Amino acid sequence: MSSVRIAGLSKSYGGRSILHGLDLTVEAGESFTLLGPSGCGKTVLMRLLAGFETPNAGSIRIGDTVVADGGTNIPPDRRGIGMVFQDYAVWPHMSVRDNVAYPLKIAGIPADERDRLSRAAIGQVGMAGLEARMPSQLSGGQQQRVALARALVSKPSLLLLDEPLNNLDANLREEMRFEIRELQQKLGITVVYVTHDQEIALAIADRIGVMDETGRLRQVGTPDDVFDRPVDAFIYRFLGVANFVPMHRGGDGWCFPDGVGLWTGAPPELEGDRLTLGCRPFDIELSRDGSGLPGVVTRASFLGAQMDYLIDAGGVTFRAATDSRRALRDDQRFEEGEPCRLTFRGAQWFDASASEGGRA
Amino acid sequence: MTGSLRFGTPQILFGLAVGILVIFVAVPVLLIFFNALWVNGSFNITDTVKVLSEPDTYKALINSLILASGVTVTGTIVGTFFAWLVTRTDLPYKGAMRVLFLVPFMLPSFIGALAWKMLLSPRAGYINRFFTETLGFSEPVFNIYSYHGIILVETMYLFPFVFIQVCGALERMDPTLEESARISGADLFTITRKITIPLVAPSILSGALLIMLYSMAHFGTVAMLGIEAGIYNIPTLIYERIHQSAGSFDAIRTGTVLSTVLVATAALIIWLQNKVLSGGRYQIIAGKSFRPTEIRLRGLRLPLLAFCIAYIGFTIVLPTATIFLVGGLATYGLPITPENMTFDNYHHILFEWDLTRDAIWNSIGLGLAAALITMFAGVIISYVIVKMKVPGKGILEFLGMLPFSVPGSVIALGVILAWSGKYGVNIYNTIWIILVAYIARYMAFALKANSAALEQVHDSLVEAARASGATMWQALRDIVIPLVRPGMVAAFFLIFLPALRELTVSVLLYGPTTRTIGVAIYTLNEDGETVYAAAMAGVALIIIVTAEVVVKRVFKIKQ
Repeated sequence: MSSVRIAGLSKSYGGRSILHGLDLTVEAGESFTLLGPSGCGKTVLMRLLAGFETPNAGSIRIGDTVVADGGTNIPPDRRGIGMVFQDYAVWPHMSVRDNVAYPLKIAGIPADERDRLSRAAIGQVGMAGLEARMPSQLSGGQQQRVALARALVSKPSLLLLDEPLNNLDANLREEMRFEIRELQQKLGITVVYVTHDQEIALAIADRIGVMDETGRLRQVGTPDDVFDRPVDAFIYRFLGVANFVPMHRGGDGWCFPDGVGLWTGAPPELEGDRLTLGCRPFDIELSRDGSGLPGVVTRASFLGAQMDYLIDAGGVTFRAATDSRRALRDDQRFEEGEPCRLTFRGAQWFDASASEGGRA
Repeated sequence: MTGSLRFGTPQILFGLAVGILVIFVAVPVLLIFFNALWVNGSFNITDTVKVLSEPDTYKALINSLILASGVTVTGTIVGTFFAWLVTRTDLPYKGAMRVLFLVPFMLPSFIGALAWKMLLSPRAGYINRFFTETLGFSEPVFNIYSYHGIILVETMYLFPFVFIQVCGALERMDPTLEESARISGADLFTITRKITIPLVAPSILSGALLIMLYSMAHFGTVAMLGIEAGIYNIPTLIYERIHQSAGSFDAIRTGTVLSTVLVATAALIIWLQNKVLSGGRYQIIAGKSFRPTEIRLRGLRLPLLAFCIAYIGFTIVLPTATIFLVGGLATYGLPITPENMTFDNYHHILFEWDLTRDAIWNSIGLGLAAALITMFAGVIISYVIVKMKVPGKGILEFLGMLPFSVPGSVIALGVILAWSGKYGVNIYNTIWIILVAYIARYMAFALKANSAALEQVHDSLVEAARASGATMWQALRDIVIPLVRPGMVAAFFLIFLPALRELTVSVLLYGPTTRTIGVAIYTLNEDGETVYAAAMAGVALIIIVTAEVVVKRVFKIKQ
């Protein structure tokens, strides 16, 4: 396994700058996820790592080898990486066995050894017994397993995964992300995983790097860090549904807009007279009476395990979510048009600009 | 691209692609324009205009236009009508009809022209003789050596262009468009007139322009039927001039000027066609296949079926039978009766006569060689165009598709200019010059088939191979080539089959021992050896149809 050290990396296409002086280190044996909206340059970064693109400036070091800097650019076939693509890229004219054995064949491994290794890799991804199948006889999930086995078979020092679960259905996606995580931990391999799906990122990563639309890394940290201690409103918004409320200082506390009520939780640590309050739907607790912020339910949706509400509190709209069963048990299920009270279990504070330009 | 400069593969491929296209396509075509517009090393448009205003050349231009327009109108009407009949009505056996209407595509039109000459030439034609000798008519009923005759014969062979396009459009058209008109109270014939026809108009127009493109540049029929009556179009005039003067400067110059006009017209037609095709055609036509409502023909059902059968009998069966029967006659002009029939002609051309035997082997050899070379060149060039991010690939694409708009006679002329010793290589009068011309002529076919196949090969398949440790060459060898093999096979047959029956190019390039099948039939006919021409045409039909059927079978089994 190898570490990855990226320094001052820049890439532009036809005058349009995608990455500008990006620095990032991925430790050996780490599962690192690059999270960002589509078009943010995360795939470009991945392709630079793989060697399919040449950087305009900066350097990439995999392990002890400089694979790209001003003068050199080692081509993909000599970087010793494994890669899994979004569209599987399983070769349709080769059987499962031939697909997985191909990297070994190219490396000149003798046939019997090749057979043993590819069988092991196919077993690792739970595809034993399907070696003779052609890709057209496999489901999407099975094809992605083949792609994974093929990427792992030559024991690469670095595994690159480019949104590999995107084309799978929700159940399979969930199952596969645990399997990838498990494999990564078992093999102790360095993984760089690109995705725009924050759930996958949180589930799979030791550390997450969140990129914004302009190709900048906004925050790098553990899943806990980025979820609970976001450095700014962008990260907070990107990692899940978020309510943003413009707050202002009034008297000795913080006021919701239009005199709807006062903030009763812990005061913000930020300076200023105007700030933004951020909270997740599950941070809001609803009750029929009490001292909370008064509001009216404008939309109530039953989503099975949870209830999803849209609440109007004096002109401010909140998304709130509650556990369905508990709401039923406690007689806290609201219908549209019913009044309610809102209390806040947790919140994040951001500067005033976060709430400009409407709700999240 | 700085990083990949050390790895020669992309550069080698790019260089090969450019080299092939420049040598085989760009140089001949450029030489045509150069010779047409430059005199003694300086640009001279007045001289060009002078050539064009000579009575003969002017007449040929007008004839090309008249013939092409006539064929386009009749072919479009015939093609649209039959397409509607087999897709939208309850005509009996329409599936079989649909297949039969495509048969003319398989048959070389100059063989058809030969058959019609034998049936309808004013004095010797069998039908005309039947009317004058048996029925006592004072005049022949129809003279095939006329504008009408040429338009009639070309229509028979070119209408499938419209037929195919319109069939496709009618089948893919969203039926709700018609159904909503029906709900509004329109009857089916009103719907056909007011909704269906306007909606498929772009397809009709696009097919019509294809007919026009082919007819403008068409050599065979006009040469067979027109020269007798003094009717020349541009390709036949080019042939006549080059042939009579054995390549004198004046003849070449007239040829290049006419070629330039032809290329310009063709370019205009293709431009128009692209415009028609891009003009919202797919907004009304759904991608899925529906089952549209059928119009009930009621009392017209059987009469229309009889009409279709008569049409097929008249345009396919009759000429084909004529070819084989005349090919079996002891002497041309004898009545077709059992005692006048013999297999000697067939035996002679197949086993005794070097001229015809050479022609058959030449055509087969040229077809195979051109198909193989062009297929491989096509893969390389398509790969560069479709998959490589290199500057200037637009020019490659343009060069590769150029032969589509460059008629065969122009390519032949360009090849003569480029390869007859002026630039160090003289392969004039050898088989190689025909091969070179075929490569240029059929390059666009190979590019189309291979590009389509390559577009199916997603980039990530190659990248996955690179990430697995394969070099560029290994990825090409192990991933790309196996995956585009169906496209390559398609390209091979798209070239081999038309090359077998090719006439327009080879008639300008053949030497004493390098006749092709088409040239052999054409020259035998010219020399008055009508029975041998017919016998040779019969053999050609057997070879061509066998090849077509075998290819179709093989493809069906594969799928």
